[in-house]
Amino acid sequence: MHWFILKRLLLLPFLLLIFSIVSFALIQAPPGDFLTSYVAELAAGGTSIDQTQIEALRNRYGLDQPMYVQYGKWVGNLLRGDLGVSLEWRRANSELIGERLLLTLILTTFSLIFTWAVAIPIGIFSATRQYSFLDYVFTILNYIGLATPNFLLALVLMWVAFDNFGVTVTGLFSPQFLDAPWSWARVGDLLSHIWLPMIVLGVAGTAQIARVVRANLLDELSKPYTEMARAKGLPEWKLVLKYPTRVAIAPVVSTLGWYLPQLLSGGLVVSVVMSLPTIGPLLLRALIGQDMYLAGTIILIFCLLAVVGTLLSDILLAVLDPRIKLENS
Amino acid sequence: MTDITAGAAQSAKEPAVYVTPAWKLTWLRFTKHKLGVICLGVVAVITLTALAPEFFSTADPNVTSARRAYIPPQVIRIFHEGRLVLPFVYEVEGARNARTLKMEWAKDTSTRVPVRLFARGYSYKLFGFIPSDIHLVGFGSASAPATGHVLGTDRLGRDQWSRLMYGTRISLSIGLVAVAISTLLGIVLGGISGYFGGLVDNVIQRIIELLQAIPAIPVWLALSAALPRTWSVSTVYFAITVILALLGWTRLAREVRGRFLSLREEDFVTAARLVGASQSRIIFAHMVPSFASHIIAAVTLAVPVMILNETFLSFLGLGMRPPAISWGVMLQEAQNLQSVVNAPWLLIPGLFVIITVLALNILGDGLRDAADPYSH
Repeated sequence: MHWFILKRLLLLPFLLLIFSIVSFALIQAPPGDFLTSYVAELAAGGTSIDQTQIEALRNRYGLDQPMYVQYGKWVGNLLRGDLGVSLEWRRANSELIGERLLLTLILTTFSLIFTWAVAIPIGIFSATRQYSFLDYVFTILNYIGLATPNFLLALVLMWVAFDNFGVTVTGLFSPQFLDAPWSWARVGDLLSHIWLPMIVLGVAGTAQIARVVRANLLDELSKPYTEMARAKGLPEWKLVLKYPTRVAIAPVVSTLGWYLPQLLSGGLVVSVVMSLPTIGPLLLRALIGQDMYLAGTIILIFCLLAVVGTLLSDILLAVLDPRIKLENS
Repeated sequence: MTDITAGAAQSAKEPAVYVTPAWKLTWLRFTKHKLGVICLGVVAVITLTALAPEFFSTADPNVTSARRAYIPPQVIRIFHEGRLVLPFVYEVEGARNARTLKMEWAKDTSTRVPVRLFARGYSYKLFGFIPSDIHLVGFGSASAPATGHVLGTDRLGRDQWSRLMYGTRISLSIGLVAVAISTLLGIVLGGISGYFGGLVDNVIQRIIELLQAIPAIPVWLALSAALPRTWSVSTVYFAITVILALLGWTRLAREVRGRFLSLREEDFVTAARLVGASQSRIIFAHMVPSFASHIIAAVTLAVPVMILNETFLSFLGLGMRPPAISWGVMLQEAQNLQSVVNAPWLLIPGLFVIITVLALNILGDGLRDAADPYSH
């Protein structure tokens, strides 16, 4: 067990190295170097940037040097905790990313909890009442949930809320809390806004996970040990919850590995539609505005979160299911 | 081997023994799944639309008319003043609201625009080479053609229904082409991985794990953002499919590898190897047929994912770009609350996305269940 975790942790720097290369390749993909296009854009807009400032930036990123030097400089800066500056925003990247990253993680966590809290009971219900009317209803809802792009759901819910109640449900904060420092009142305001994006983000995952739980539980319910427990006269609900459900839920934890990246990715589009101050819209703007070092850093952060999610789910799975011998695999 | 062929020849001579091939068994099992069969029909209709959107459209999808912007959907009716009549739509009349300066459309219940089947409209080339001007539905009489918009018009006064028909072609084909590329990659790499095992297997599996750990959408966004703005529609189209396929093949490769691993130890494969069948013959004549149905099911389930991804990308303005028409490009018109409140019908392309993805998912699940001999 400890060996397994250690091994995975040792693999982490290696993965990060590869991801940093991928991110760097992505930010180098657009034609031209970003500084020249940026200066041209500024000049077209009538403003100009100080020549010494340009030189400083060129020097910082080693733009006149070969590719591997540029990569080295970028990674070197990152390792020192210097995420660089955004040219478009004229602010430090760490400043731009900081709070947005926090809000992204909060939103993702809420969606995750929502997903499990809804999907597991639905899965259990559908499996124990297989082919009942409600099972069919849930199955159909699951299919629809899977087929609906989440940004469309966001748009429809926003429209319904506006049309019927005259409220605009965008953003994560009321205007007066938008740039306010953190306080309990701000946390409360966040909680009163977060439920809608939470549901929107969680719907597709809920559908997927309810299906997984249902299928797993159905397998377990037909096993001899369930029959045995039933034969000795255990009440049905107690039996289901005590034995097969525990076995059926374990794989759900392993879904964290793919579900976390999916939530992060999916949140991106929803955030754009609902104008949420998360990291997604920042990435989109950085990509469109060719603010490439900001974009690269964000992509790297996404990769890091995804890898950490996979690691966490593997560890949780090993803890929950003692039959899995991870050391040998 | 001689025994086996002799046995097979013998059974072929006896008319009483009817051998049902595996694909037919799969098909028979599938047809029991009513919903799956319905969805197969839906997918067939959508495919037909993608093949000949010109025939199904009622107006040229690229013709703009600023004066006819944001017309709400005109319902096709068969009752007029309480009497059953031939299908028609009410004429719409626009008037600018003096206070909000917004065009407001009202239906004029005194003027009826007849709806006809197989009417003549703008000319096009069916499948790119058959010249025609017949459309499934047309408005107005043969002598005086009129316009009608069953799904309303967009910001530029373009007919939504016709745009949807054309959008089907790009959205569906991007899904199919991207899946075709990733299927090819998945089968070749998964096959190599599963059949040969050892070091090759290890390397390919590590690459797959790495690709799966990368969050797809940010990477897709970055890749699409890197496409030069000057590229033509068809080049962008090709690039987007490749981008989608690049990260999409891993799941399929895993599936294929799993099948290969389990089949490699089967007796019939060992038998084929013992009689000296070549490796390609073992793979293509013995192993592939026994998991082809699984692959078909997996592919069917991969198409809707690709369609959704294209919609995401285009919706954000990083996928297909106007003048190309895809469902995602159309949904771009409905990107904020304001435009949705103004013209809710701009969300209709989303309904098409949902129906298509739903049908493909149910179809894929049905096929997978039917292909699995242990499913019952």
